[in-house]
Amino acid sequence: MNDRPILEVKALRKRFLASKGLFGAKTEIKAVDGVSFSVMPRESFAVVGESGCGKTTLGKLVLALEEPTSGQVFFDGVDMSALTGRALRKLRRRIQVIFQDPYSSLNPRMTVESIITEPWIIHDMHKDPAARAKKLAKLLDDCGIAKTFLTRHPHEFSGGQRQRVGIARALALDPELVVADEPVSALDVSIQAQILNLLKDLQQERKLAYFFISHDFSVVRHLCTRIAVMYLGRIVETADSETLFNDPQHPYTEALLSAVPVPDPSIEKRRKRIILTGDVPSPLKPPMGCHFHPRCRYLKDSCRTQDPSLAEARPEHLAACPVLPFKDRRSNAALIAI
Amino acid sequence: MEPVLSVRGLRTHFVTPERTVQAVDGLTYDLHPGKTLAVVGESGSGKSVHALSILRLLPQPPAKVMAGEILFRGRDLLKMPPEEMRGIRGDRIAMIFQEPMTSLNPVLRVGEQIAEAIILHQKVSKEKAWAKAADLLGKVGIPHPEERVHDYPHQFSGGMRQRAMIAIALSCEPDVLIADEPTTALDVTIQAQILELMKDLQREYRMAIILITHNIGVVAEMADEVVVMYAGRPVENAAVGDLFKDPRHPYTKGLLASVPSIYERKERLAAIPGQPPDLGDGFTGCPFAPRCPVVMERCSTQDPPQFHLKGGRMTNCWNAEDESEERSHRFETSRGDR
Repeated sequence: MNDRPILEVKALRKRFLASKGLFGAKTEIKAVDGVSFSVMPRESFAVVGESGCGKTTLGKLVLALEEPTSGQVFFDGVDMSALTGRALRKLRRRIQVIFQDPYSSLNPRMTVESIITEPWIIHDMHKDPAARAKKLAKLLDDCGIAKTFLTRHPHEFSGGQRQRVGIARALALDPELVVADEPVSALDVSIQAQILNLLKDLQQERKLAYFFISHDFSVVRHLCTRIAVMYLGRIVETADSETLFNDPQHPYTEALLSAVPVPDPSIEKRRKRIILTGDVPSPLKPPMGCHFHPRCRYLKDSCRTQDPSLAEARPEHLAACPVLPFKDRRSNAALIAI
Repeated sequence: MEPVLSVRGLRTHFVTPERTVQAVDGLTYDLHPGKTLAVVGESGSGKSVHALSILRLLPQPPAKVMAGEILFRGRDLLKMPPEEMRGIRGDRIAMIFQEPMTSLNPVLRVGEQIAEAIILHQKVSKEKAWAKAADLLGKVGIPHPEERVHDYPHQFSGGMRQRAMIAIALSCEPDVLIADEPTTALDVTIQAQILELMKDLQREYRMAIILITHNIGVVAEMADEVVVMYAGRPVENAAVGDLFKDPRHPYTKGLLASVPSIYERKERLAAIPGQPPDLGDGFTGCPFAPRCPVVMERCSTQDPPQFHLKGGRMTNCWNAEDESEERSHRFETSRGDR
């Protein structure tokens, strides 16, 4: 296997200017504030966080839909910010995106066939009718779309079927990396399971790498092998999925995991929950020191002033908390007294 | 113990010249004081329409309650004169909604909106009502309530707005609180706060809660009793422990198996194939039959009755016929008439 990352993000920053009131002074929002990570080929990597943590902006930066304030995005070793025009378009072919809302991300005037095959026209591919038909048939089959759908329009379909069309369009160009921004959160659970299984199958068959953006730990656990947790524009912890779920090393990750309701009343009745006080602070005015300190239950004086950076808690497991290691801390698994 | 609210054979349809949508078609349950009953289902299952039917908040036409009874302390709300219903709505039975931003008036101060409910039902002075509004805001966990009571909704975060909604709902110490997806729009850490708050307040006020949700994890955490709905009909009524341990309806089984959990990494989720039916099409037999893994011949022609099983549970599935102790029709009301 190739051990060069398919996607590498280095010290990425994105700032937006927001004005307070109509004539108010401009304030800077650090939507993405110094984020670094890499995704290997065929790996599924997830960024998890609550609303406003910058995960969607990060996705746009990776897709080169936003220009970073500083830092770089390397796709297969190539710095994307150095590319323009044709070169960028050629590279983009290898990165595709699946959006959250299949109701607003498909053009209502186009038929399913034109939605799925439009990328081929844009990139001037598969012009031979026979080859094209064969390619389309395979794609429909892989994504579980009936042939009879081709002449119909998106409004005739339910959310799950639309999301299949969105996935087929994303895969039409045989990408190597798929950015999926909350691809199942608009769907009902029984349909969500269908789409998650589909994404998993497609990954194996087509050797895809996923960059998955989500707020839902249960979904991420099912699909992804490595996870980064974001809070106020920064990654606070990153580890392989099993380690992160069983032994989180950042207090925010720990609280997030404990807040997720578990579909089992016998666990729910026994489990101790960490209830975070207060809201996520405004990204306009992030707290001094560690951004998480006002809500942290392991708060020490130094946390108010010292801004922690990611440090190795164990090999391949980074956490931005200097109070590490919490020797006396019970791991998340221990929070359920089964 | 006497139920505080009993729904009997409720049928709410939407009638337009083109077609009739059977949004709720025969729903029966009992709600006991101080308990939480979860109504679970996917979009379009009729769970929200049933709640609005209880409070008589549906626009008629196109909505029409075709049959059924909603007995509140022994009196049928559906037959109550409108003036009397106004005395119950917001006073004895209160409701909170999914999207706290759209359910608060953006041009009125939060305090004013809480005081409005108090003045309407309790005939107290404006000053007293505002003082009580501040008390209530404190009670639902908003810091500095005496100051925040003068804020406008946009100055509140999503979690705080839902707390304000709960304060309005609690202002008259209702017997029944209907919560329609109260945490769906919130982040998980905030969801955990709101659910905890609802549990505390339920204990304090001995309120009965009807919790409408699609989130199986939230059901496991909150509910005592559960009604599972599919295509406008109840498919299973059971105590929460029984339902998760031993689901009897194939839809409930499929639903529970399709939910990913953070405590367990499944290779594949057991998705339910297919889509829910279109409620306007009209169907004979069991609406779940086309997706059911244990479908029998009679399922597509004969409407299953409600089979009453041991332990006070019910399921609408022909497969449960052999062990049922009694059967009833889902349109049956307490007087035995249709």
